[in-house]
Amino acid sequence: MLQTKKTEIGVGLFLLAALAGLIFLSMQVSGLTSIFQRPGYTITADFDDIGQLKIRGSVKIGGVTIGQVSSIAIDPVTYKAVVTLRIDNNVEDIPDDSSASILTAGLLGDNYVAITPLYSKTFFHNGGHIQDTHSAMILEKLIGQFLFSINHGKTDKGNAK
Amino acid sequence: MEHFVDIQGLSFQRNDRFIFHDINMMIPEGKVTAIMGPSGSGKTTLLRLIGKQLEPSKGSITVAGKPLSTLNHDALYQLRKKMGMLFQTGGLFTHLDVFENVAFPLREHTTLSESMIHTLVLLKLEMVGLRSAGHLMPAELSGGMARRVSLARAIALDPDLILYDEPLTGQDPISMGVLLKLIRTLNDALGLTSIIVSHDVKEVLDIADLVYIIADTRIIAEGTPAILKQNNNPMLRQFMDGLPDGPVPFHYPGCSLMDDLMKEEA
Amino acid sequence: MINQIAALGRFGINIVRHYGRAGMMLFQVIYYRPSFRKGFPLLLQQIYAEGVLSLIIIIVSGAFIGMVVALQGYHTLSKFGASQQLGPLVALSVARELGPVVTALLFAGRAGSALAAEIGLMKATDQLSSMEMMAVDPVRRVIAPRFWAGCISMPILTIIFDTVAIYGAFWLGVHWLGMDSGSFWSNMQSAVDFRLDIVNGIIKSMVFGVAITWIALHQGYDAIPTSAGIANATTRTVVYSSLAVLGLDFILTAMMIGAW
Repeated sequence: MLQTKKTEIGVGLFLLAALAGLIFLSMQVSGLTSIFQRPGYTITADFDDIGQLKIRGSVKIGGVTIGQVSSIAIDPVTYKAVVTLRIDNNVEDIPDDSSASILTAGLLGDNYVAITPLYSKTFFHNGGHIQDTHSAMILEKLIGQFLFSINHGKTDKGNAK
Repeated sequence: MEHFVDIQGLSFQRNDRFIFHDINMMIPEGKVTAIMGPSGSGKTTLLRLIGKQLEPSKGSITVAGKPLSTLNHDALYQLRKKMGMLFQTGGLFTHLDVFENVAFPLREHTTLSESMIHTLVLLKLEMVGLRSAGHLMPAELSGGMARRVSLARAIALDPDLILYDEPLTGQDPISMGVLLKLIRTLNDALGLTSIIVSHDVKEVLDIADLVYIIADTRIIAEGTPAILKQNNNPMLRQFMDGLPDGPVPFHYPGCSLMDDLMKEEA
Repeated sequence: MINQIAALGRFGINIVRHYGRAGMMLFQVIYYRPSFRKGFPLLLQQIYAEGVLSLIIIIVSGAFIGMVVALQGYHTLSKFGASQQLGPLVALSVARELGPVVTALLFAGRAGSALAAEIGLMKATDQLSSMEMMAVDPVRRVIAPRFWAGCISMPILTIIFDTVAIYGAFWLGVHWLGMDSGSFWSNMQSAVDFRLDIVNGIIKSMVFGVAITWIALHQGYDAIPTSAGIANATTRTVVYSSLAVLGLDFILTAMMIGAW
């Protein structure tokens, strides 16, 4: 009987550990927060080019994560990317003249949305819209522009001769 | 007289070698029948055929009026509940103690209460004289005790037929005597049919009602012990008297020693 | 010449028979559902033997593998200035590959070999035969609970391994390499998808669990009942199930990678 009890307790703890592990993996590791969404409010921003930004990419102010990208869509009229940002409730005082830019974490890291607050005394509320946006820097485009400008310079010189 | 086990025209072969070739055997109900023969004559195989752990190549076996070949899985297991088998090694479950070993078939096949099982197990252990050894683990038992526990377990479900596979091998004279007495008294007290497979001729002849002698794939003699003692078949005499050489050869069959040696040189 | 052809034929027949017996065993295990009253305590006991007793090796290996991956990953990532991607690196490699595969290999060595040896020894000491003669089907009584316990334990062990490994990497990254814990988790969360990465890893581990316990039980049940035969069965269990795990892993990854 004692043996049986020990077995049962052992298996019970085993299953509990599995459950705890599963919760850890779903919440902490994969950020499966769609079921239990943290309270927050959403604001939108239109970008010309979002680069590699993905849903659930982070939203930061001064490097601190304050929310995440909850959806990305295309505006059928302007052909701009409409990015919806979900901001945590505890960050409520973002000036409504702030600008949003898409930056890259490190040289090769993921894209994220950085919000640069300005000086307005009125703040964003749910459904707010960021006017001032800066598109992602696309490395290929930069290189392309760079090469173009070099070539252009050369041919100019050639013509002058 | 009713025949509890009826074997007709049985042949069994392993790979290309015949173990049995066309044998007939009738085991009367309520008696102790001994099946004897030299080592390697397939006596254990015969018991496994009766328990349908092996299928015969040819012929039929009928146990308690049921032909084994017609039984499906469930019917076979129903029939096996009426059989007990004592294995050469005992076959006790090493992770259970003596008490639980004997209780095992009761727990599996009945829905008796715990106290009822307790009583039954103690009664069975009492029969084999090991009532006080219930707490021991199989590893702590001597060979003779292990066989007695195994016997208690085999009779736990009150079977109609018990198969003893070499119950006396490797036993000292005292435990041999104990086991022989048990086999006989259980048979008479519970009205069982017993089949003993053995090569301990003298001891088994004392308790058997009927004896079959198997050698060289067939039955070479059958009858009561008294009749067999009078039989003059040389093969039977060699076996019963324990002569080293005779019709059952000392050497494993093969080419002659001379040929073997020449082969080496060539 | 004829003899050689016959030998080849015999070889072929033996192989087919072998797989036939293995298949029959699996079929019987799955077909005969045990009764809850008798089956449940047996299942519990086997989960204890196969799962709970494997926990220590799983936890220790998980912690060390997580920390080593973090250390190696950090070393390489920092060369590209991408060390904040350590979280995703560890989480993805553990959840997708290392968790299921390493757990399966450890499980094969710890529980699989024990199963094969136990069943083989039960067979060698006539315990299975005597069970049959007591009208108790050993496939139902002995094989089935061990099979289901293996199938249940493997994914659970994998989940625990994943958790411990990721936590180990987190501990090392934050307390030793001085990373920011917030960015460690948030980068991980934005890169790891629950269904595609974690659930797929658990699905893999379920497949491995079935394969390992099946191989182990069949090797034990089909073992030649001698000490050499059991030794062989144990060795084969570990070798075959490790190879099966690696092979299946490739197939499953190839099937799943389309979704990544």
